[in-house]
Amino acid sequence: MIYDAVIVGAGHNGLTAACYLARAGLKVMVVEKNDWVGGAAVSRELYPGFTYSNCSYVSSLFRPEIMRDLELPKHGLQVLPYEGGAVFMEGGDYLGMHRDHDANRREIARHSKRDAEAYDRYARDVLRHCRFIRPMLLRTAPDPSSFRPRDLSELAWLGKQIFGLSEMAMYDMIRFWTMSIADYLDEYFEHPTVKAYQAVASIIGTALGPMSPGTAYVLLHHAMGDVDGNVGAWGFARGGMGSITKALTASLKAAGGEVRTGSGVEKILVKNGRAYGVVLENGDEVLGKRVVSNMDVKRTFLKHVDEADLPGAFVKRVKAFKIRGSSGKLNIALDRAPKFTALPEGSPYVKGDMHFTDSIEKMERAYDDWKAGHYSQDPFQDMMIPTMIDPTMTPPGKHFMSCFVQYASPKIEGRDWTDEDRDGFAKTCLDQIEKYAPGFKDSILHYEVRTPRELEKEVGLTEGNIFQGELTFDQLLFNRPVPGCAQYRSPIQDLWICGSSTHPGGGVMGAPGRNAASEILRDIKQPKKDMSEAYAVL
Amino acid sequence: MRMEKLTDPRLHYLTPLRQTPFHPRTAAANRMNSWGPWGGYTTALVFDDEAMEYTAIRNAASVYDLCPMVKYRVRGREALAYLNRLTVRDVGKLSVGGVQYTIWCDDAGKIIDDGTLFRLGEDEYRICCQERHLPWLLDSAFGFDVEIEEVTEEIAALSLQGPCTAMVLRAAGFDVAGLKPFRMATFPFDGGELMISRTGFTGDLGYELWTTPDHALPLWDLLFDAGAPWGIRPIGSNALNMARVEAGFIITNLDFVPVHQAVREDRVRSPFEMGLDWLISWDKGHFTGRRALKAEGEKGSEWAFVGLDIEGNVSAEHSLIYHDKKHEVGHITGAVWSPTCKRNIALAHLKRPYHADKNGNLWVEVYAMRELQYVKLMLKATVCQRPFFKPARRTATPPGAF
Amino acid sequence: MPSYDVIVIGGGTNGLAAAHRLQKSGRKVLVLESAATPGGAAVGHEFAPGFRAPGLAHIANMIDPRVASGMALDRQGLSYVAANLTSTAVSATGDHLVLEGAAGAVLKGNISDADRKAWADLRRQLLTFAGALAPFKAMTAPRVAKGVGNEYMRLAKLGLGVRMMGKDDFREFLRMILINVYDVLNDELTDSRLKGLLAFDATLGTWLGPRSPNSLIQLLNRFAGEAAGNRAAIALPKGGMGSVAAAMARAATEAGVTIRTGARVEALIVEEDRTTGVRLDGGEELRAPTVISAISPKTTFLNLVGARHLDTGMMNRIRHMKSRGGAAKLHLALKAAPDFRGADLKSRLVIAPSEEAVELAFNAVKYGEVPDRPVMEIVLPSAHEPGFAPDGKHVVSAIVQFAPHAPKGDPDGIRLEYVRNTLGMLEEHAPGIGDLIEHAEMMMPYDIEARYGMVGGNWHHGELSVEQMLFLRPIAGIAQYQTPLAGLWLASAGTHPGGGISGASGWNAAERIIKEARA
Repeated sequence: MIYDAVIVGAGHNGLTAACYLARAGLKVMVVEKNDWVGGAAVSRELYPGFTYSNCSYVSSLFRPEIMRDLELPKHGLQVLPYEGGAVFMEGGDYLGMHRDHDANRREIARHSKRDAEAYDRYARDVLRHCRFIRPMLLRTAPDPSSFRPRDLSELAWLGKQIFGLSEMAMYDMIRFWTMSIADYLDEYFEHPTVKAYQAVASIIGTALGPMSPGTAYVLLHHAMGDVDGNVGAWGFARGGMGSITKALTASLKAAGGEVRTGSGVEKILVKNGRAYGVVLENGDEVLGKRVVSNMDVKRTFLKHVDEADLPGAFVKRVKAFKIRGSSGKLNIALDRAPKFTALPEGSPYVKGDMHFTDSIEKMERAYDDWKAGHYSQDPFQDMMIPTMIDPTMTPPGKHFMSCFVQYASPKIEGRDWTDEDRDGFAKTCLDQIEKYAPGFKDSILHYEVRTPRELEKEVGLTEGNIFQGELTFDQLLFNRPVPGCAQYRSPIQDLWICGSSTHPGGGVMGAPGRNAASEILRDIKQPKKDMSEAYAVL
Repeated sequence: MRMEKLTDPRLHYLTPLRQTPFHPRTAAANRMNSWGPWGGYTTALVFDDEAMEYTAIRNAASVYDLCPMVKYRVRGREALAYLNRLTVRDVGKLSVGGVQYTIWCDDAGKIIDDGTLFRLGEDEYRICCQERHLPWLLDSAFGFDVEIEEVTEEIAALSLQGPCTAMVLRAAGFDVAGLKPFRMATFPFDGGELMISRTGFTGDLGYELWTTPDHALPLWDLLFDAGAPWGIRPIGSNALNMARVEAGFIITNLDFVPVHQAVREDRVRSPFEMGLDWLISWDKGHFTGRRALKAEGEKGSEWAFVGLDIEGNVSAEHSLIYHDKKHEVGHITGAVWSPTCKRNIALAHLKRPYHADKNGNLWVEVYAMRELQYVKLMLKATVCQRPFFKPARRTATPPGAF
Repeated sequence: MPSYDVIVIGGGTNGLAAAHRLQKSGRKVLVLESAATPGGAAVGHEFAPGFRAPGLAHIANMIDPRVASGMALDRQGLSYVAANLTSTAVSATGDHLVLEGAAGAVLKGNISDADRKAWADLRRQLLTFAGALAPFKAMTAPRVAKGVGNEYMRLAKLGLGVRMMGKDDFREFLRMILINVYDVLNDELTDSRLKGLLAFDATLGTWLGPRSPNSLIQLLNRFAGEAAGNRAAIALPKGGMGSVAAAMARAATEAGVTIRTGARVEALIVEEDRTTGVRLDGGEELRAPTVISAISPKTTFLNLVGARHLDTGMMNRIRHMKSRGGAAKLHLALKAAPDFRGADLKSRLVIAPSEEAVELAFNAVKYGEVPDRPVMEIVLPSAHEPGFAPDGKHVVSAIVQFAPHAPKGDPDGIRLEYVRNTLGMLEEHAPGIGDLIEHAEMMMPYDIEARYGMVGGNWHHGELSVEQMLFLRPIAGIAQYQTPLAGLWLASAGTHPGGGISGASGWNAAERIIKEARA
C-alpha cells in the first residue's frame, strides 16, 4: 500500500493538512507516536472524572475558515467565548476585565481615569494591526529573493496591502512591529497593572521579556484571532482543547483518511533525494508518495532525516533555528472552587484569565531568571478555570484549573531538568496561587506538572517551545523556518513540513497545516476542494 | 429623594448600565419601558408615544435627560490658550456666561468630536460632548498651566425644548426672558444652584438646565409641576432624533466616526467635509490640525456633508446615493419624514463635486420594508439648505409668549 | 546688527557641519553655542588639575567622509595619533585577545582556528551588510508614500545594491536585519572574549542588551561608519576628540560662519506660523528666515518651540520619543600607568568578559538600578601623546555600561555605588589600579544630560533603535529634517542617521535645505 501522503504527527496542523488532502481525494495516513491524537491540542483524563487541557488551554487563533471547510462543528467542535479575567495586585486589590465596554471602563477607572478612556484607542490601534495581518495567515509567504512569477505577484500583493495604508499608518505599523510591548504600552497607559494585563499576550510562549523589542508583534500574534468574528477574543473548546483535534480526526475519517496511533516514526525514508515514506519505531514501513511532517523543523531534519541527505547550509540554519522553550504548565484537579480573597463574592472575574503579576517590571524580572537558566522565582502565571464555563470537564462542583507559567528555561543552569527541579517549579507556582487564595492547596486532588522537559518528551516540542520556534522577525514570514525554505517544502523532494515551525507560526491556528496542504495540492495540480480563501476583511 | 450610591466601588459590574440621577422619574414615566444604552447609562428611547413626544418639542415643552453626555472641566491660568489650541474656534470671543458649539481635530485635521464649550468663569470652562477624550485632552494640556477633570457624574442635566419652554421656566420661578441664544444664567435653587443655558439640540426655542445630582429630582418635579399647563412631557431619543435631523444637527458616531475610534482610515472626516469649516478661526493663532486644514482648504476636500430633500414620503435611512442612477457617490446617515416641514429629508455624505449637483441627477436607493418584503425604490434627491426647519422663535429674545 | 540667512542652534559637530555647508552655498550663517567652546560632546575638559578628559566621545569611528573632505578637516589640523586603533578584549587572567585592523581584520592571541575562520566569515558578512546600509546614511531618509519627492533613482540604485549582494547574502540580510546580536554570536563563535567584545560594541550607546532583538543592526551601523578613511575602523585624533570639534569650528569660521559661544537659546520666535528667529536667555532676539536646530529634537520642540505652535499628536510623538541613555563616562587621573595584565595601553581596552556579562550588565538599568559588574571600553589618551596628564601620569577615559538615566533612589548615592562597582571591575582586570587614582569623575546619564543637554544622557539625542531609525527618526512624519513649523529645520544626531561624532545629520540637513530652496 502506498499512500498519497504520510503525515507524521497527529497534532492540529498535521490533522488539518491531512483533512484537506483527504478531501481532495488523496489517500492519507497520519502516524502518531502517542497512543492518542492531538499533539499539543489534547484533552486527557489523568484523574478519574477530570478532563484536562494538558497543553494549549484556550482557543482564538484557530481559523474559522478551517472550522467551516472541514465541518468541525458537525464533528463535535464547540468554542465557548469566556468572560472576566483579573490581575491580582500586591496590595490586595485587583484589576478586573469585562466584555461589557462600560463595565470595563469603570473597572479600569478605579485605577486610572485616564487609562480607562485610553483603552478604546489602544484597542482600536491593535485592531488595525490585526486587520492588516489577518489576510496573510492563509497565504504562503513569498520568497523575496526569488524572481518567480508567483513570488513576484505575492510580493506585489503584499506591497499593495502596505501601500493601501496611509503614510502615518504605515509608520505606526512599522513601529509596532519593531517595538517592545513595554514601550508601546507606555504610549497609552500610566497604571502599571493596566500595562501588565495588556502585556500578557506579548510574552505568552515567548523567550523574550516585555521590555524586549519585537514583543509588540507577539501581542498581535495573540490578538489576531477571534471567536465568531469578535477579533482578539479568546474562548474555550468545549470538553478541552482536545475537542479540536478529536473533531479534526473525525472529519479526517469521514473523508477517508486513516490515523495510526502508537506509531512513532524512527526515520523518514529518503532515496535519491526523494522522500517515499517512513519507518516506524517498531520497524514497520509506511510508504507514501510524499511525507508531510507536523514535527518541528529541528526534530524533522535533525532527528529523523540523515544529515547527508540535506544541504550543509540548510542544516546549519536548522541547527541555528531558535526554539528555546520559555514556559511550563500545571494542570490541577480541584475539589472545590478556589476563593480569591481580593475578589467580591460572585464576581465574574474567575471565568477568565487570572494573573498575579501586577507590573511589567515583575514580568521582566521573571524573564531575567529565564535568561540566567532557571525558572522564575516569582513567575508569571496565566491561570484559567475552564470549568467555570465548560460543565463537561469535571464532576459538578469540582474544577479543572490550568496554569500556564513563565518563565521556565529548557535547561536548568545548563543541565537537564530533574524531578526535584520539577517539584520546586510546581511548588513555586502553587505557593503563588495560595497567597491569593488561601486554602487552595488543600483543595487539590491531583496535578500534572509540565516543564519544558515533559513538553519535549511527550508532545515532541523541541526544547519545550510551544510555538515550534520563536516568533521573532528572523523567524517569521519568509524567514520561517529557514529563508528560502519558507513555503512548506524542504530541500528533500516530496518531504513537506506543516507544523507551527512554518508560517504563520504557533498557537492552535491550523493555518500552517492548511497552507501546506494548499502547496501540496498546487504542486500536484489538484483542485483545492473545500479550501476557502481567507475571509475578506471589510 | 437622593440617588442611592453603590457603597463598594468594586461592584460597578452589577450595573453595567448606570442609572442617571433622574432615573426614578424617567422610569416612572416610561410607560413603554423602552430603554437603550448611551455612554454607559440606560436612557429612554420612547416614554409613551414617539409622535406625541416629537409634537411636544415643536408645539409645547419637552424634557430630555442629558446626563450621559460626557463632561470635562477645564480650568487654570492658561485655560483660554489651551482651548484655543485644542478647538478650531476662537475661544477668545467667548465671554464669561457664553456657550460655543465647537469641534476639535487631530493633526491631520480630522474631527475628533464636536461638543459645546461653556465659559463658567474667567479661567473655568466646561466641555460637553458625546465621546470620551480624557487622554487627548490631557496630552493637549502639555505645556499649558491648566487642569482637566472628567466630571460627568458630578453634573445632572436636562434639556427643556419647545416653544413654551421660556413660559415654563418663568412659571418655575426662573426668568430667562432676557437670556440670548448661547448665553447662560445662574439661579439659586433647592439650596444649591441651577445653571440655565439657552442651548439645545432641536433647532427650536429651548434651554439646558445644569445642576448637581442631589438636586436632580427636585428639578424634575418643579419643571413638571410648572409645565403642566403647557402639556410638558418627557421625550426619548427617538423623538429627539426627528427634531435634530430637521435642525440639521449632527451626532457623533451616527453622522461621522470620531477619528480616534475609526478603525477604517477612510471613515474619518474633516470640518470641510462635515460642513463645519465655518467654525474655523484662521487668525486666532495655531491650533491642532490648522496646517493640515489650511492645506485641505487650498487643495480641496474629498467629501461634503449636505441636506437632501427626497421625493415621496418614504424615509431613506442608511441608503446609498447614486449619480445618474449608476455611480455610487455617497450615503445617508440620518433621514426622517419631517412632520413639521412635510418633506422627506435626510443628512448625507456626498463625494465632491456631486454635492453641488445642479442637474437633479442624484438618486437614493431605498429598500422599504413592507410586510416582510423590501420594495426597492430609486428616489430623486435634491441637495438643499440646512437646517430644514428654522423658526424665528429659536433666536428671538425675548422669546415670544406661545 | 548684521543679518543672517540662517541661524544654527547648537555648535556641536552637526551644527558646525550644517553651518559650513550652508555658508558655502552662499548663505550667511550664525551658529549659537551655549557652551564656551563649540563642539558639543567632542569637547574635552580638565577634570582634575593637570588632567584633561578627551571629551564625552573619546574615539572617532563615524566621521562622515563628506564632512571630512568638505570641511577639509585635515587642512584644519585634524590628524590622528592612531588611524586604525587596535582593540583588546581584556581578560582577567591576562589571556587577552587583540583585534587589529578595521572591525577586527586580524585576531591576535590564543584563539581556536575554528573561531578564526568563523569570525572571518561573519566579519565578511557583517561588512557586506554594513556596506549596503552605509549609503543610506548619506541621504535624507525616504518617506514611505507615493509622490512625496523621494530620491527615487538613488533609492532604486541602493535597493538594487542590497539585492545584488547575492541570493544567499540577501536572504541572510533579511533574516538578520532585526535579529539580536547574542544569537548571531552564539550561532557562529565560541570564544567568550570575542563574543563579549562584539556584544559590547553592538550595544554601546544603546538602551539594549545583546539579547534584545534589533541589536545586530547596531553593530552594522558601527561597521558602516569610517574613520581616517578606513571603513569600520576606529581612530584616535591627535589632541583628543576636541581636535575634531576645533578643526570643524576653524573650517566653519574660515568659510565665513559666525560662531557665537556662551549664547543659549531660550525660545524660538514664531510669527504668522513661521520661525523668524531666536531669543537668547538674556532676552536678545536674533532673526533669520531659516533656523536650524542642531540640538535634541525633544528639547527643540518641547522647550524652544513649545506646545502652542504645534499639534497635539506631533507633541505626543516627540514626548514618546525614547531617549534613555544607558552609558556612563568615567575619567580617572592616575599617578602612574596602570597594568591590565600586560595589555597594550595604546589599544582600546574592552572589559566585557562575555556576551552574557554584557546582558547581565543591562539587566539592572531596566529597573533604574546599577549593575554589580559593569562592562566598559577604556582609552588612555595619555599613552599616545603628552598633554592629557602631567608627565608619567595617565588619564583613563572609560565608557561604562550600563547606567540608569532615571535611577530609583538618590542620584548621588547611585553614582557613588556605580563608581565602586566600576572600580571593582577595573581592579579585577588591572590589579593595583585603585591605588593609582588621584581623582575620579563619573558622569552618569543624568549628569551627561545636565552637562551636554542630551535628553536622558543619550548620545544620539534620542535612542537610535530600529523604531526610531530612518523615516521614523526623530519621529514619524518629520524625518526629512523639515519641521511642520515653516523656517525651522532639524539637524542634530536626533535625526537620521544618528550620532557618533559624524556630522552626517548636519550635512544631510543642509543639503536638504539647499534642495528645497531650489525647488
